Amino acid sequence: MKRWLPYPLLTAALVAMWLLLTESVALGSLLMGGVLATVAVWGFAALDPPGGRLKRPRAAVALAALVMGDVARSNLAVVKIILNPRKTERVSGFLHIPLDMRAPYGLATLACIITATPGTIWVEYNSANNTILLHILDLVDESTWIDTIKGRYEKRLMEIFE
Amino acid sequence: MTATLLLWSIFLAQILLVAAMACATFRVLRGPRAQDRVLGLDTLYVNATMLLLTFGIRTGSTLYFEAALIIALLGFVATAALAKFLMRGEVIE
Amino acid sequence: MTHLADLPVWAAIPVALLLLLGASLALIGSIGFVRLRSFYERVHAPTLGTTMGIGSVLLASMLCFTVLQSRLVLHEILIAVFMIVTTPITLMLLARAALYRDRSEGSDDVPAAPPVQTGAPSAQDTAPPV
Repeated sequence: MKRWLPYPLLTAALVAMWLLLTESVALGSLLMGGVLATVAVWGFAALDPPGGRLKRPRAAVALAALVMGDVARSNLAVVKIILNPRKTERVSGFLHIPLDMRAPYGLATLACIITATPGTIWVEYNSANNTILLHILDLVDESTWIDTIKGRYEKRLMEIFE
Repeated sequence: MTATLLLWSIFLAQILLVAAMACATFRVLRGPRAQDRVLGLDTLYVNATMLLLTFGIRTGSTLYFEAALIIALLGFVATAALAKFLMRGEVIE
Repeated sequence: MTHLADLPVWAAIPVALLLLLGASLALIGSIGFVRLRSFYERVHAPTLGTTMGIGSVLLASMLCFTVLQSRLVLHEILIAVFMIVTTPITLMLLARAALYRDRSEGSDDVPAAPPVQTGAPSAQDTAPPV
C-alpha cells in the first residue's frame, strides 16, 4: 500500500482535478484519473520531497477561513491606499521578522499566505538565523506587523505542521 | 429586463478589464526596469483570463473556460521563466 | 443573447454585481501600477486582481452556468486553485529577482544581503522552500 500509494491525499486531489476537468464522474474518467494520478504521484515521490505531514486537518480548514477573511480585508485596505490622492503620508519598506518555525511545509504555506495577502510580500528567507524579509506597502508600525505574522499565522501553522 | 441589465453590466465589466489591461500595457512599455515589464506582463495575463471568463458568461459557451485555463497556465510558466532569467541569466541551470 | 434571458432575477443580479466587483478590483490593481512609485510598491498591486478580483469573476461564472445548465458547474474551481498556488510563486520569484539585481548594482534602497555562511552553498540555502 505504502509503495503503490505513497501520498494518498495528493492522489485524491489529482483525481478530483481530473474529474473537474472532464466534468464527468463516469467509470471511464475515474479509471483514467486514477491511473494518471498514481503515475504522477510516483513521479513526485521520485523527486524525494522533504518529509512532513498535516497533523491537524481541522485546524488547517480554520486557518484557510481566517486567511480568506484577512485577504478580503486587506483588499479593501490596498484599494484605499491606491485610490488615496495624497501621496506623501504613507511609508512602505522592508521588514525583518525572526521566526520560530522550521518545518519546510509550514514555511512554504506561510510564504503563500503572506504573498497572497495584498499589501505584504515575502522577499527572502535566511535559513542560517531563520529570519524572513518582507516588503510591506503600509508600514505604519513595525511591531504590529510582527505581532500579526507571528501571533496570527505562525502560531497556527506550528500547531498544524510541527 | 434583467437580461438587458446583465448584458450592460457584462459590457461595463469588459470595459473596466480592457482599461486594466491598458494600464498593465503602459507598465510593460514604460518600464523603467526589466522586472517592471515582467510584472506588467503577468498582470496582463491575469486580466486576459478574467476577460475570457466574462466572454464565456456573455456567450454562454464553456469553450472560453478552456481558453482561460490555458492563458493562466501560460502566464505562470512565462513569468516564472522570465523571473528566473532576470535572476540568473539562464532559465534552466 | 437568448441564454441570458433564461437567467432568473435572483441569479442575474449577483452575477452582474460579482462581475463588476471583480473587474473594478482588477482595474484598481492596474491603476496602482501607474500610480505607485517604486517596483517594490508596484509588486503589491496585482494581488488585488489575483485574489478577490478573479475570485468574484469565477464565482459569477460558476453561478451563471450552474443556473443555466441546471447542474453543478464547478470546473472554475480549477482556475481558482491554480491562481492561489501560482501567484505567490511568481510574485516571490520576481521580488527576489529584483532584490538580487538591485543588490548586485549596489543600490541603497534595499537591505544588504545576509552574510554568507562558510561551507554552505548560499544560493540554494536562502531559497524559500517552495
